[in-house]
Amino acid sequence: MPSLGASRTKHAPWLLSAPALAVFVSMLLTPLVLTGLLSFYAFDSQRGLTDTLTLANYLEVFTDGYYLEIFGRTAAMALLVTLVCIVIGVPETVILSRMQGRWRGIFLLVILAPLLISVVVRTLGWSILLGTQGLINNALIAIGVLDEPLRMLFTFSGMVIALVHVMVPFMVLSVWASIQKLDPQVEQAGLSLGASRATTFVRVILPQLLPGILSGSIIIFSLTASAFAKPALIGGRRLKVAATAAYDEFLSTLNWPLGATIAVVLLVANVVVIAGCNRWVERRFRSVFES
Amino acid sequence: MSFLSIKGLGKRFGDFVAVNNLDLDIERGEFISLLGPSGCGKTTTLQMVAGFVEPTGGTVSVAGKDMTRVPPEKRGMGVVFQSYALFPHMTVEQNIAFGLEMRGVTGHELRTRVGDALSLVRLDGLSHRYPRELSGGQRQRVAIARALAIRPEVLLLDEPMSNLDAKLREEMHIELRAIQRHLNITTVLVTHDQVEAMTMSDRIAVMHGGRIVQLDTPYNAYEHPATNFASTFLGKTNCLVAEAMPSAQTGEGQIKVGDATIRTSPYNLTGKVHAYIRPEKIHVRPADDSGLTGRVRTKLFLGSLWMLEVETELGPFMVNVPNSAPITCGEGDTVTLAWDSRDVKVLPCEESVHA
Repeated sequence: MPSLGASRTKHAPWLLSAPALAVFVSMLLTPLVLTGLLSFYAFDSQRGLTDTLTLANYLEVFTDGYYLEIFGRTAAMALLVTLVCIVIGVPETVILSRMQGRWRGIFLLVILAPLLISVVVRTLGWSILLGTQGLINNALIAIGVLDEPLRMLFTFSGMVIALVHVMVPFMVLSVWASIQKLDPQVEQAGLSLGASRATTFVRVILPQLLPGILSGSIIIFSLTASAFAKPALIGGRRLKVAATAAYDEFLSTLNWPLGATIAVVLLVANVVVIAGCNRWVERRFRSVFES
Repeated sequence: MSFLSIKGLGKRFGDFVAVNNLDLDIERGEFISLLGPSGCGKTTTLQMVAGFVEPTGGTVSVAGKDMTRVPPEKRGMGVVFQSYALFPHMTVEQNIAFGLEMRGVTGHELRTRVGDALSLVRLDGLSHRYPRELSGGQRQRVAIARALAIRPEVLLLDEPMSNLDAKLREEMHIELRAIQRHLNITTVLVTHDQVEAMTMSDRIAVMHGGRIVQLDTPYNAYEHPATNFASTFLGKTNCLVAEAMPSAQTGEGQIKVGDATIRTSPYNLTGKVHAYIRPEKIHVRPADDSGLTGRVRTKLFLGSLWMLEVETELGPFMVNVPNSAPITCGEGDTVTLAWDSRDVKVLPCEESVHA
């Protein structure tokens, strides 16, 4: 029965991916589309959700200085966390790759540890460390570095520090994959041609790690831009970012359409920034990515 | 005073002795091969000369200047790596220019010297390609050009041909040798390929167990191997386990193999010995009573020669017959093997690697 066989072959890819597609459609696509639709409904503070379709929510988000500040803060936070992760994560990975077997295993575990701890525990831990009566302040006062406690909790820096802690592993893992592909003789080649170790690293090794740095940065930027727990607990009510603002609109103000609008704008902005950066870097350093 | 001088060089990794008290003097412009199987210490030796590995003992000096503690980037040696180690994110031109830039060469001179290096390896016109766009042979040439562009006084080659196919490898042997002669550059080649070592070198250093067991011209190393290891590693050979016998006449020796007595080149040993005779030194004749008789078990045609395996009462013999005239014997035929007694080399049976 060739016809049956042929039709089975034809449908096989769809049938095989059906379970995954069902999950994808019901769990991700449907809520996303509903959120998208929700953002176009008008909201009345007396009557709540109305049937009128409108662009007023988007107009509000794009013109009100309050929301612009929130998005500006979100972008700045995501960018800063990404940069700090590059600065810390890349050397960390290089050092890690040169360690001997057992030490490498131990330190890899230390680096990945933040990912193994529950987000609530990790975040509250940082609150305890960063607080005015926290471990860091008490220690710095005890050894005489500070006279009075430094404000770290409910600050932008505090938020960035706590986020970098959990994001660095993503950079290490991405760069690690690139380092594994590196020809170990390439470094010796650089040295034999008269380049110092530093020059060899910057001109020979680093360019070849770019694909890893780029993918790590994409992961970190998108996760940070939509981060919720850290900004909520360490940033506090005053330092709102897009994710916490959307949460507040949904649950405090009960202005669902506006919350949905913030969520959609965040999603679109994230996609645009990441796709744009990706294309720019890949074009700028084409030679590295094609090999 | 030799140009590149290695004295008492040693490297231990924990309990393992990779290179053991190695001495080697190389003249200016000489081409030396370190030949040996993997694990014999040849690569470690080269890495110590290049400065990538710190020796646990001994010195390396170039033109009388002690280099042992000089970092690799200050040694100014050209190195060609087994993997070529080209910079994948740079074009051919940028790869070659890299070493020159590190020396502060700029502008017109930089372009001229990159161009010169490219013509030297016949790669003109490929300067803007990336390494991934090149064939294996072309990559190898770029690696050579990059190492030579800095005009090093010493060129180190770490198994540079092992990733090339056989035909290309032969061409590169001849070409690299010509370049080396042309530039008169002192060169050390590390290889496990005896053909490569013999084609290119002025002298071969046969290495075994972290030491040089023989240092000689390719012809002498092949014709007069100093050790059992050298005779079996350099080319193919037939080995007989024998008993030394007092010489019957001057200019000749003899040995006892089983019940048979075989005349050999002169030697000065007693007790158990090994006797070696190369396959191409044995002549095959139709069966008669004058020599060692045997039956042809296999007969292989290798183009320039026939390779026979002849079963005799002394064991199997490998015999090479040049393809200069039609061969008369076939598989299963009985033949007589004969050779000149001077071609039978006798070496002591036991040899210590650490001798």
